[in-house]
Amino acid sequence: MMSDNILEIRNLGVRFRTDTGITNALNDVNFDVPRGKVTAIVGESGSGKSVTANCIMRLLQPPGEIVTGSIQFNPSRTESFDVVAIGERDPRIYDLHGGLISMVFQEPMTALSPVYRVGNQVAEAILCHRDVSKDAAMVEAHDMLRRVGIPDIDTRIQMYPFEFSGGMRQRVVIAMALVCNPEVLICDEPTTALDVTIQAEILTLIKDLQEELSNSIIFITHDIGIVAQIADYVVVMYQGRVLEIGTVRQVLKDPLHPYTKGLLAAIPGNVPKNVRLSTIATAVGDADITTPFPLKEVGEGRLVSLP
Amino acid sequence: MLHYVIKRMGTMVLTLAFISVIVFVVIQLPPGDIVTSTLERMEASGMQASDEYVQNLRARYNLDKPLFLQYLNWIFNFVQGDLGYSYIYSKPVNELVWERLGYTLLITISAVIFTWVVAVPFGIYSAVRQYSIGDYFITVVALVGLATPNFLLALLVMFFAWEWFGISIGGLYSMEFRDQPFSIPKLFDLLSRLWIPGSVVGMGGTAVTMRILRANLLDELNKPYVVTARAKGVKPIKLIFKYPLRIAINPFISTLGLLLPTLISGEAIVSMVLNLPTTGRMLLQALLAQDMYLAGSFLMLLAILTVVGMLISDLVLAWSDPRIRYE
Repeated sequence: MMSDNILEIRNLGVRFRTDTGITNALNDVNFDVPRGKVTAIVGESGSGKSVTANCIMRLLQPPGEIVTGSIQFNPSRTESFDVVAIGERDPRIYDLHGGLISMVFQEPMTALSPVYRVGNQVAEAILCHRDVSKDAAMVEAHDMLRRVGIPDIDTRIQMYPFEFSGGMRQRVVIAMALVCNPEVLICDEPTTALDVTIQAEILTLIKDLQEELSNSIIFITHDIGIVAQIADYVVVMYQGRVLEIGTVRQVLKDPLHPYTKGLLAAIPGNVPKNVRLSTIATAVGDADITTPFPLKEVGEGRLVSLP
Repeated sequence: MLHYVIKRMGTMVLTLAFISVIVFVVIQLPPGDIVTSTLERMEASGMQASDEYVQNLRARYNLDKPLFLQYLNWIFNFVQGDLGYSYIYSKPVNELVWERLGYTLLITISAVIFTWVVAVPFGIYSAVRQYSIGDYFITVVALVGLATPNFLLALLVMFFAWEWFGISIGGLYSMEFRDQPFSIPKLFDLLSRLWIPGSVVGMGGTAVTMRILRANLLDELNKPYVVTARAKGVKPIKLIFKYPLRIAINPFISTLGLLLPTLISGEAIVSMVLNLPTTGRMLLQALLAQDMYLAGSFLMLLAILTVVGMLISDLVLAWSDPRIRYE
């Protein structure tokens, strides 16, 4: 029987070895990504969100290295395997890259090469994974660009990325990521670099496409508002550890870990005039959030790192 | 695009007109002219020149006319393809320069090819395997190559070719072909020997190109568009060539046009050591003897080559980088 979880991350540890010393970017990270759902990873800068994503994609570059753990990947199209265990030259790495798992990055302004036409770059993703002619790939690229809402495609497909606005470029990046219908889509802060109205459009687009294609999404963000809007499950990370896991309702309504409480308290809301916004640190107060307690299960799929 | 080319052609003509004035003035700047240096030579060999002879000589070379008329006369003939008369060689300049210019171009092109063929693969390796033993080795060799004067390298190559292989590598042709008319075997002989001056002249440029390519490529390697391309499944070798290298190579395309003047003036000493019939040496002689027409022709032709080279490299750059095309 196929597992309900498309990804099962166990004891993942990553360190960066540099001239100034060793940094443990991830310590004993455990969480599952349920199939066909949106899982949000939230946390501040440096909490290990993007490093986790790069591990899942096997995109981690030296000086970063995975030192412990496993990432069990259960795709429906091929046999399950451990992403961490496969070798550097294993052909399954290229299946992962854009075929089974895709990624949408933070910076749409620089995520596309300036010297190739938009259609060409989207079609290349198809040509990397399927044995089709260039013309057939272009037709599919055209279709995908239409689905992500690029207007006037016949002209746009022949244009260069620098002729596009930020929002349009992010749509192209999303088209490029989805054109091979990956089982997992990792969105690494895809709206951070965009202004608010465009953010909302892109979020709606991702959500709509997810319902249409029913793939699993890992959505990395530090914006709790976006989490509430898009996610089914939430993983809270801090200093390379997972602090709390649960459904979006559980975590946002009823946070268990002091850090999560602090994080939610720091959201700007209806505060009276002349009252300063709370910082995470003041909201956390004296509570111990740095001791790495192992995750304990406090309910069905509800885990928290507390003694 | 056509509009741009026409505009550039217009500026080229203006630039060249301006350069022609400067060339003319600079050649006239040192005291004396070809007549005084001729007279000095005659006096040194014990001959006396009459005033009448001097007058005739000046009239013959148009030196008795005002400067701007001399200039107009020169430039008018130049445009029509008459490059004037060389005093020191007693031959029309046309008979002297074209062959040498051809050889210079040939050596320049082979030096450029050598530079790129060597520098690009090693530069890529050096960047992709940054701080590896191979990278350090390439860096050391490049710095040694950069620090070695070309003429010294030429001498070393000549010495070791003679010591170890017993061959003389001076000149562009082997002994048996040297005085023969041009033929297919002679062409092959030329091509088989061309790599020696090509590599010697190109050595310094190779080291610089390799280092700059390494630095440019390192800047590009971790750009988001490279990660995106990797994340969509482009395989490593294709990834490097298609994505970061395409961008890292652009600065070199824009300096291609500048290679001509540096190589032409820079290889004079190498040409003397290797006994190559190129322009550098003849230009030096012409300037020393104030051989107005010969020196002027050389300088003007070099200016034309430079300006045309710049235009070509700009067009190639626009072809290679769409961002420039649309500005």
